[in-house]
Amino acid sequence: MSGPLILGIESSCDETGVGIVRGHELLANEVASSVDLHVRFGGVVPEVASRAHLEAMVPTLQRACATADIDLSEIDAVAVTAGPGLMGALVVGLASAKALAFALNKPLYGVNHLAGHVAVDLLEHGPLPEPCAALLVSGGHTSLLLVEDVAQTITELGSTIDDAAGEAYDKVARVLGLPYPGGPYIDKAATGDPRMATFPRGLTARKDLVDHRFDFSFSGLKTAVARWVEARQRDGKDVPVADVAASFQEAVCDVLSAKAMDACRVTGVTSLLIGGGVAANSRLRALLAERAAENKITLRTPRPGLCTDNGAMIAVLGSEIVSRGGKPSAIDIGADSSLPVSRILV
Amino acid sequence: MSEPVVLALDTSTVVAAGLARGPEVLASVTVADRMQHVEQLMPLVGQALDQAGLSLRDVDKIVVGLGPGPFTGLRVGVATAQVLAAATSIELRGVCTLDVIAAQYSAEGRSDANGFVVATDARRKEVYWARYDSSGTRLDGPKVGPPEEVPALPTVGPAADLYPDRLQAVSGPRRLDPGVMAAVGATLPDAGTEPLYLRRPDAAEPARPKSVLTNRPEPGPRLRRRDR
Ligand SMILES: [Zn+2]
Repeated sequence: MSGPLILGIESSCDETGVGIVRGHELLANEVASSVDLHVRFGGVVPEVASRAHLEAMVPTLQRACATADIDLSEIDAVAVTAGPGLMGALVVGLASAKALAFALNKPLYGVNHLAGHVAVDLLEHGPLPEPCAALLVSGGHTSLLLVEDVAQTITELGSTIDDAAGEAYDKVARVLGLPYPGGPYIDKAATGDPRMATFPRGLTARKDLVDHRFDFSFSGLKTAVARWVEARQRDGKDVPVADVAASFQEAVCDVLSAKAMDACRVTGVTSLLIGGGVAANSRLRALLAERAAENKITLRTPRPGLCTDNGAMIAVLGSEIVSRGGKPSAIDIGADSSLPVSRILV
Repeated sequence: MSEPVVLALDTSTVVAAGLARGPEVLASVTVADRMQHVEQLMPLVGQALDQAGLSLRDVDKIVVGLGPGPFTGLRVGVATAQVLAAATSIELRGVCTLDVIAAQYSAEGRSDANGFVVATDARRKEVYWARYDSSGTRLDGPKVGPPEEVPALPTVGPAADLYPDRLQAVSGPRRLDPGVMAAVGATLPDAGTEPLYLRRPDAAEPARPKSVLTNRPEPGPRLRRRDR
């Protein structure tokens, strides 16, 4: 038994997460997802997500305590996502965390969601190799980070300038008649030839690399796939879904893994951590593993249940901040929908 | 045995917290800010308790305003009350915020033979409203709609003066008093535990993907950083 007992609350998008950790030991990771409510809209509807967070918050808190077999009064501190994320969604978690900290008379730590995606690997693989690079890919974010100290110093090397990778998956899934969320369905459908079509690799041309070496763009790719599919339909031919899915997925994963490797080279780090929902993608994992081996980079891949948004990642980040002497947040902090990753603790 | 201590919270318009012991108001504090609910509420609860010289452990019941009101702010009060109650095992009661203002008005001793209306601002040229009989019992609502649909009765509440040609504003409360809310909250009708949203979320189901062949080619990536 070591380290502080921390409860973490996450509500930045469509998952209501409550996690409990003791130091780096995971005691509970309860998640209530509203994903099913968003299916018919083809994307996360912020107000629908916010309502679901409020409904799920207390039951999820209670489940987490039951799973961890602790009483709320035993908790040493409460950590909560203060941003980035959907404003209305963040506010539910933040209000809940403040109420909990107030009721228990325990310190509150408002933390950065992206840093949580990095810290979560502490639960699975122990202390982080610092510095390391991190590639976070989901429906909400696509970021390349340099992590010098997960509790204090993270620098954004690059991020998407338009769509998140997960959004591109959702949009291409719609074009191909596959369900929402697109990621897992495209991954499953992508059994065809990844070289059937060469779809564009955004921001990889020499001229783009000057200003956007570590940035991403998936908007052009999404349009190119839609164009290809529509031309095919116009000509009265079948759409080879397996081939299109594979070719699209190859384009996404090629860019993500190439830029991640480049970031490791440029910064001189030898470890790359991945996180976010798209980190569960089989092709991304395979391609990263292959290229990491070529480049002698150690790959750190938390299991899928820890890659998607959850409360445990916030709890363990809180635990790390506490044990590295971070100061508690004021009770009047607000949520910040565009909180930069450089602000790990609000 | 002393009278129960009630903590009242409401974030359906501004940020408000009150404390009462039975009918005696111990604290009534408000932050007149419509954008800072999550920042202000918890410190305000602390302030109310300090003013009364009490701690959360002394509270026997929490009364929370379920609105109606703008959703994001409204949820701050409801989430706060739900978690405070769950963490302390204090009893929780949700009430319609309009009922509190109606109780304030009734306490002023005015008697409107045909009853009255409480209205708050619902934005988009609409109001949240409810109709009460002369004794202050709610007969209709809460509802949301244009001021034309509000019964032509004496009207109080934050939106009473917003539509002078549509609503029959009379002198009376214009904002919720959280001290009164704490004092009378336990006697108001139980409105459940979920916010009174009254409106569905703004969301449209997607149409068929639009043609990308007939449109002009997309002009390269937009150089804009997304929120997330
Ligand atoms: Zn995330």
